[in-house]
Amino acid sequence: MIGQSFFSQNVNPSTSEGISRRRFLKLSGGLLVALQLPLSKLAFASSDGVANEHANSPNAFIEISSDNTVTVMIKHLEMGQGAFTGLAVLAAEELDADWQQMRAKHAPANTALYKNLNFGIQGVGGSTGLSNSYDQMRQAGAACKAMIIGAAAQKWGISKDLISVTRGIVSRLDTEDTLTFGELAEDAASQTPPSEIKLKAPSEFVLIGTKVPKLDTAEKSSGAAVFTQDIQLENMRYAVVAHPPQFGAKVASFDDTEAKAVNGVIDIQAIPSGIAVIAKNTHAAIKGKNALKINWDSSGAEKRSSTQLMNEYLATTKNIGKIATSSGDVDNALKAADETHEFFFEFPFLAHTPMETLDAVIQINNDDSVEVWMGSQLQTVDQGVVASVTGVDPSKVTLNTMISGGSFGRRAQPDSGFAAEAAHIAKTQPKGIPVKLMWTREDDVQGGRYRPLTVHRFEGALNDNGDISAWDHTIATQSIVAGSPFAGMIQNGIDPTSIEGAQEPCYDLSDFRLSLHTMQNKVPVLWWRSVGHTHTAYAVEVMMDYLLEKGGKDPYKGRMALMPEHPRDQGVLKAAYELSQKDKPAKDSARGIAVHRSFGSYVAQVAEVTKDSNGLPKVSKVWCAVDCGLAVNPDIVKAQMEGGIGFGLSSIFHEELSLNEGGEIAQTNFDSYQLLRIQEMPKVETIIVQTEFPPTGVGEPGLPPIGPAVANAWRRLTGQMVTRLPMIPEVKRMNMDA
Amino acid sequence: MKVNFTLNNEQKSLEVGADTPLLWVLRDELNLTGTKYGCGKAQCGACTIHLNGNATRSCILPVSAVNGANITTIEGVKSPAADALLEAWKKHDVPQCGFCQSGQIMSAVNLLTRNPAPSDEEIDASMSGNLCRCATYTRIKSAIKDASNTLGEKA
Ligand code: FES
Ligand code: FES
Repeated sequence: MIGQSFFSQNVNPSTSEGISRRRFLKLSGGLLVALQLPLSKLAFASSDGVANEHANSPNAFIEISSDNTVTVMIKHLEMGQGAFTGLAVLAAEELDADWQQMRAKHAPANTALYKNLNFGIQGVGGSTGLSNSYDQMRQAGAACKAMIIGAAAQKWGISKDLISVTRGIVSRLDTEDTLTFGELAEDAASQTPPSEIKLKAPSEFVLIGTKVPKLDTAEKSSGAAVFTQDIQLENMRYAVVAHPPQFGAKVASFDDTEAKAVNGVIDIQAIPSGIAVIAKNTHAAIKGKNALKINWDSSGAEKRSSTQLMNEYLATTKNIGKIATSSGDVDNALKAADETHEFFFEFPFLAHTPMETLDAVIQINNDDSVEVWMGSQLQTVDQGVVASVTGVDPSKVTLNTMISGGSFGRRAQPDSGFAAEAAHIAKTQPKGIPVKLMWTREDDVQGGRYRPLTVHRFEGALNDNGDISAWDHTIATQSIVAGSPFAGMIQNGIDPTSIEGAQEPCYDLSDFRLSLHTMQNKVPVLWWRSVGHTHTAYAVEVMMDYLLEKGGKDPYKGRMALMPEHPRDQGVLKAAYELSQKDKPAKDSARGIAVHRSFGSYVAQVAEVTKDSNGLPKVSKVWCAVDCGLAVNPDIVKAQMEGGIGFGLSSIFHEELSLNEGGEIAQTNFDSYQLLRIQEMPKVETIIVQTEFPPTGVGEPGLPPIGPAVANAWRRLTGQMVTRLPMIPEVKRMNMDA
Repeated sequence: MKVNFTLNNEQKSLEVGADTPLLWVLRDELNLTGTKYGCGKAQCGACTIHLNGNATRSCILPVSAVNGANITTIEGVKSPAADALLEAWKKHDVPQCGFCQSGQIMSAVNLLTRNPAPSDEEIDASMSGNLCRCATYTRIKSAIKDASNTLGEKA
C-alpha cells in the first residue's frame, strides 16, 4: 500500500482548525440532502467541469432517504480494513444520527469529489483511509445536520435555536414535537449549505471512540455481500488468461484448436499480457485455458533463480550502498569497538494472495462509454488506464468500486496492469456484452507484484559497558516505485519504500549509517501490507535484541533506555510489556518484544513462544499495544491488530515465493504457497494507548512488530538466531544441521 | 448430462457438463454466489457446502457426483447451530473482508451440529481447512465458543 507521505506535492494536510469555506466546498463538493438523490449518475460524469458544476449541489457524501436511512458514500475501497464503518461513524457523529439508521456504500470514481486528501487522487494506501477523511467526513455530517435543522426550523416556523438533534431525532425544545431525518430529507435538500461549520470537541463525541457494530457484518456472514466475483449479468461472458511462466516471457506462438473445442468456449484472443479465453461460464474458460498449447519466447525473461538473486544481493551488501542516513563516524566506531557482530538477513518475495483473486467486470457500451466493476485501491489510475486502453475520455469510464475480498496492496497497481488486461479483453468482445475477468489462484500466486526479495546486512558494535557504539545497516532491494507513475517519490536515488522503518528507528544511536543498494531484476514488485516495514522492522528489532542481549541488557529496559526522546514509542512499549506481565509465563516458553512505528502509528508487541513436539516454534499469545492517536473505532483498531499479527505471522512462518533455476515460479496455489491456519493463530490481547493526536492508520502498523517479537522469543528459548525467512523451513534446516 | 439434486430444500434438475465442479454450477448456473472460489484445489475452504449434511469442498466436487444428493449452501443453511453462529458472528464482528466467511460458517455449522461443545483443539481440527487471509481466526474461535454456549443453554 502506498506509504503516506509520498504525494507530498499534493499534500493537503487537513486539520480540524482552519478549513476555509472555499476549501471545504472544494473538498466535499458541497452538500445537499436529497430524497434518494441519484448522485452516482451525476457524479459519474467525472470530468472536472461537471464535478464543479455540482460542487454546490449534490451532497457528495451523505444521502438521506425518506425511509429515514442515512447512507454514507465511502470514497475508499472497503477491503476488510473497516472503511465502511469507520468513515460512516465520522459522518454519523456530527450528524447526531442513530447508528441503526446508518448505511454505507462505495462512492463512484470521481477524483474531484473523492480524492484522498493526502494523495490528490482517489485511492487508499499507507493506512491513510480514515486519517485523511477524519475532518472531511465530520464536516459533511455537520453540514448535513445544519441543513436538517434549517428545514425543521422552516417547517415549524421557529428559530433554529429551539431545535436539537439527538440520535436521529429532531426535537423542538418548546413543545414535544419531533421529526425524523427521513421526514425532513426533501426540505433539507433545498437548504443552503452552512457557511461555517463548527465541529464537536472530542469530549462531546457520542459514537467516535465507542464500539459500534460494523455495518457490513451481517451480509458478510450470510453470503449476501456482493464481491466482484459474484456479479452475474445477463449475457455475461467469463474470461481467464494464460500468462507467461517466467517474468518477461512473451507468447511466441499458440495453438488453440483444442481449447476452441471445449464446450462453452466462445473466443480466444491474444492480448498483451497473454492469451485470453472467453467462455460461457468460468469452468469452460478454465478448461479452455488448460487446453491451450503455447510456445513462450523466454529470450527476454528473468532466468535467475531466487537463490541466485539472493546470493547477488548478499554479495552486494558487503559494500556500503547509497547513503540514506548517516551520523557520527561509523567506520571509526566499528574499528574502535571491543566487539562487533555481523548478520545478514534474507527476505523472500511474498505474494499478497487475498482470498478473492483479482477480478473485474467490464462492458463497453454501444456509445463507446465503458462501465467497470472492480475492487480498486487506486480508482483514479484504474479509471484512467481503462480509458486509455479503450480509447475514450476518462469521463466516459464509469468505475463502480466493489468491496474486495482482501487486497493488502494487491489492488493498488501504479500501472493498473490488471485493469488494463480487463480492458484489452473487453475490446475484443462485441459491444454491450459484459465480460468478467477472473484470475485463478495460480494466476494470482504466479502473477508477480510481490513484496521484493531483500537482504539486510548489519554490523553492530558494543563498547565495554555493553552499549551499542556503532550501527551499520545496508539494505539491498528492488525499488517498488521506479519506472511507475509514482517514481517521483524517489529522492536522491533512494526509494523511501525500500528503507522506511530503518531510517529513523526510535533509538538514539550516535554512530549510525543506513545505506541502500537498489537492485534490478524483472520480477514485478508492489507494496505489500506495510511495505518496507515488512523487512526493516524484522531486521532492526532482531538485531537490536541481539545486541542488547550480548551487551547484558534487558530487552525491555534496554530499549526504553535508548529512546528517551520518543514518548509515544516508549508509551506502547511500556503498555505492551505491562500487559504481558499480568499473565504468568506458559510452561517452557520464552517471550520476545518488539516495537515499531509505521504510517504514523506506534505498535509494540510481546510474543510468547514455545517449542512444539517437532522442535518448531508455536506462538501461544501476543500482547499488543497501539497508539494510533484518537481511536475512532476501538474494536476495528483491535481487529486490525489481530489481523496484522496473523498476516505478519503467516509471512514470517511460511510464506516464500521463489523462482526455480531458469526463472520459473516454484509455487502455484495454497498447497505450495502456504498461509497461516487457525491452529497456528495465537491468542491476542490488545490495549489501545490513548493519546491526544488525530487518528492515524491501523491497517498496516499491526504487522511489522510480530516477526521480530517471535524471532526474539525463539532465540531466547533455543539460542537459534533466525536471519533467513520464512522461519519454519529455516528452523527445520537448523534443527537438521544441529 | 442431466443432474437432479436437492438444493436448499428445492428439487433441481439441470443439464450441465458432467465434470463441472459443483462450485461453478452453483455460482454461474444457479446464481448462488455466497459460495466462493478461492483456490479450486480444496486448499482454502471458501467453497464449503454441505453434501448430505457433511462439509464438503464444492470446487473439486464434479456435479456428476451429486446426482440424487442433498446440497445445502450458505444461502439455505438453517438450523439452531447456524442461527447461533450467525448471532455470534455478529456479536464478535468476525468478518473483515468477508470473503472466506461463508465457508467458515458452513464448516462451523458442520462442527457444532456434530459436536455442540467442542474444545479448542476440536475447533482447530475442524476449522483448519478454512483459510482466512485477514486472520480473523481469534474471533472465529470466540464466536464458535459463544454459539456453542448458546446451544448449550437452549438444550
Ligand atoms: S475454492 Fe474450494 S477449497 Fe478453495
Ligand atoms: S475475512 Fe478476509 S479472508 Fe477471512
